[in-house]
Amino acid sequence: MAATTMTGAKPAESVARIAIKEALLTAFLVFMLAFLMIGFRTEAQQGQQLSYVTRFAAIAWGIILVPLGRILLVYNRHGRPMPALIGGGLAFVYLFGGALVAILFDVLVIPFNDYFGEAAGASGIPLPFADPIVDGVFGLGALYLVILALQTMRHTAHGILTLEQREAKEARSATRAKQLSLVLGPALLALAVVLPFTPWSDRVLVETMTLILTYVMLGWGLNIVVGLAGLLDLGYVAFYAVGAYSYAKLSTEFGLDFWGSLPLAGAFAAFFGVVLGFPVLRLRGDYLAIVTLGFGEMIRITLINWQAFTGGPNGITGIPRMTFFGVPFDRTPEEGTQSFHTLFGLEYSTMHRILFLYYVILGLALVTNFLTIRLRKMPIGRAWEALREDETACRALGINPTNTKLTAFALGAMLAGFAGSFFAVRQAFVSPESFVFLESAVILAIVVLGGMGSQVGVALAAVLLIGLPEVLRELSLYRMLAFGAVMVLIMLWRPRGLLAHREPTILLRRGSGKRPQKAGATT
Amino acid sequence: MSVTAAAMAEPDHTSLLKVTHLTMRFGGLVAIDDVSFVARQREITGIIGPNGAGKTTLFNCITGFYKPTVGRLELFRDGKVAYLLEQMEGYAIGQKARVARTFQNIRLFAGMSVLENLMVAQHNKLMLASGYTIFGVLGLPAYRKAERAAQEKAVHWLERVGLIDFADMSAGNLPYGAQRRLEIARAMCTDPTLLCLDEPAAGLNPRESAELNQLLLSIRDEYGIGVLLIEHDMSVVMGISDHIIVLDYGKKISDGTPAEVRNDPAVIRAYLGEEEEE
Ligand SMILES: Nc1ncnc2c1ncn2[C@@H]1O[C@H](COP(=O)(O)OP(=O)(O)OP(=O)(O)O)[C@@H](O)[C@H]1O
Ligand SMILES: [Mg+2]
Repeated sequence: MAATTMTGAKPAESVARIAIKEALLTAFLVFMLAFLMIGFRTEAQQGQQLSYVTRFAAIAWGIILVPLGRILLVYNRHGRPMPALIGGGLAFVYLFGGALVAILFDVLVIPFNDYFGEAAGASGIPLPFADPIVDGVFGLGALYLVILALQTMRHTAHGILTLEQREAKEARSATRAKQLSLVLGPALLALAVVLPFTPWSDRVLVETMTLILTYVMLGWGLNIVVGLAGLLDLGYVAFYAVGAYSYAKLSTEFGLDFWGSLPLAGAFAAFFGVVLGFPVLRLRGDYLAIVTLGFGEMIRITLINWQAFTGGPNGITGIPRMTFFGVPFDRTPEEGTQSFHTLFGLEYSTMHRILFLYYVILGLALVTNFLTIRLRKMPIGRAWEALREDETACRALGINPTNTKLTAFALGAMLAGFAGSFFAVRQAFVSPESFVFLESAVILAIVVLGGMGSQVGVALAAVLLIGLPEVLRELSLYRMLAFGAVMVLIMLWRPRGLLAHREPTILLRRGSGKRPQKAGATT
Repeated sequence: MSVTAAAMAEPDHTSLLKVTHLTMRFGGLVAIDDVSFVARQREITGIIGPNGAGKTTLFNCITGFYKPTVGRLELFRDGKVAYLLEQMEGYAIGQKARVARTFQNIRLFAGMSVLENLMVAQHNKLMLASGYTIFGVLGLPAYRKAERAAQEKAVHWLERVGLIDFADMSAGNLPYGAQRRLEIARAMCTDPTLLCLDEPAAGLNPRESAELNQLLLSIRDEYGIGVLLIEHDMSVVMGISDHIIVLDYGKKISDGTPAEVRNDPAVIRAYLGEEEEE
């Protein structure tokens, strides 16, 4: 700030100038964007009429606060993180401090709620703007400021890493992820197998774990498409829906049981995968994502509108429940037939079916896992990964990109179809509501957060992303906010996912494995 | 110059690739303008020319990345026309006609290991051996044998290009020169009949460059395949080419042996002209 020569570094005034310029621009942008989106909120009233409430105060605050944040950001960018850290921190505490206390209070103190009487419930969480969206946007913005400031501080503390240091750092974190996976994988598997017999297991836990395992399976299935083949599929839930409705129709109309219709459901879903994939897999990246997203919505809307076949918005009810390979889990079996408990001479319990469902999905998920591990080492698996790395090079090597992508797409769809059948048999009810875009987004988030291609990482991410909202159910409205915040934090902490590492599919185990010297060949 | 060109353009039993009246337009720009030539088996055909002359575009037409606006690309096998490349899908040119190529800006599978890069190159062979994955997943011995053979071929090429010690390393972590060599090894693992190399010596130091020349000569002599070699630098390509084609602004301006091309006034003018511009 002190001495600046004519040709020297930027003088301090220019930082202030930049800050003011950007702040004004930001204020303008905030006004333009927020005026309609935040300013008016439509509300459905009783008489089918739409009315709106205005939130002009929020806009006014936005026009004041967001440019202020921008100024702090500019200073942070020019190597002065302190204002951003303090400003962001204070804003965050002001916005969310009350809410955080209330949430902690809720989670920790709820068992004693009776004792406290009418204590702050989830609905009583104090927020300054009394509007989760406005508070959420400001709060996340403030959090972002703090995180950026911390990053700047870390950089200035350690200096900027050289390329080699960064490579070494990445290699270290990959090695750590690999070691962790090697331990965590078998441990999680063992835990999953014995979990229902542990003392703290109860019906709710087993059912939650069943749900989580369904998403683990979906995550592993989508991992073939996104993680291995590198095809961004935003409509994965469509194949899940095809599987679910396949079982629903096959069981209610043709009397097939779960095991009989499972292969058919998988085949139908795979067929849909091929039908969709064939025209669109020529598209790359973003375009593919948009088309698959559209396809997902198309399937859902068809399910809603094709009343005669799918039951429309009401869905299909009375889907036969899971049987033990044909033997029902009924309390009182029909004359002359066996039921699970009479067959094994057990006392009747509703837990039998729940436990069986749990082990079925565990089995299905494990099959998916082993299939993926095996396929990765096959020529087709290597071609998928090669396609993800460089499609042009693949074509030059004589690999048919369309067919290779189609196999990945169809296989992923088939696995989603299996999972969908399981979903239908577990719920005994399917409706279009279960197959909204958010589901695709959650499954994709599981894959990305897990670390693309990492099987253990995907399982871990499913536990986190499906288990966490279940735990946070108490927080109702703020659940998705907390969910989003956790996702942002994970991505900041591990940008490549929880356990990102890649093992070669074939090893020679010869030579030093060190980076060769600049001087080249020895031919 | 046109006399020699006409003489060279007659195909016979040693022909490998015959290019006739090839034209490639991008909107108003004519990147390749009525180019005809013949490349032969067991020969290195050098393709030289200043920046933007259309060399890479020529490769993109031969390997099916672009569909030529006009022209015919015939690939010969045993003296007979076996494939019309201009009518084939890009991947089929690699798979069936067995034309392999490298890229001016290296295109390796950077996240995969060096060995995996060479295994991917043998995809079609392995795919058949794995019964389109079914036998492979079941672990049948026939597939395992095929995979071992593929690995042996990969090891052979890794030894040839001096990368055997780095087989399990990520291809993207190799230094530049090693990446260039790996890309050539990968192309060779596809068992090509025609190998198209787009500036393989770019960015190499003189020693690496000399080693590369040795490698290319041995590929020509031991494996008996034809090589199309794009090279920016005339002096490099003169040493190892059997036959040189010179492009300038999309047109073929010279075609002949290195000695003929070197003394061709049109070539001298094109290269001097370029220097004047710079
Ligand atoms: N896809 C394309 N679309 C439009 N123009 C193109 C395309 N590809 C190449 N060109 C143009 O065609 C001309 C020839 O390009 P090309 O890449 O073949 O040159 P080159 O001889 O390989 O040059 P260099 O020595 O720089 O590699 C250039 O003017 C280039 O801009
Ligand atoms: Mg070029």
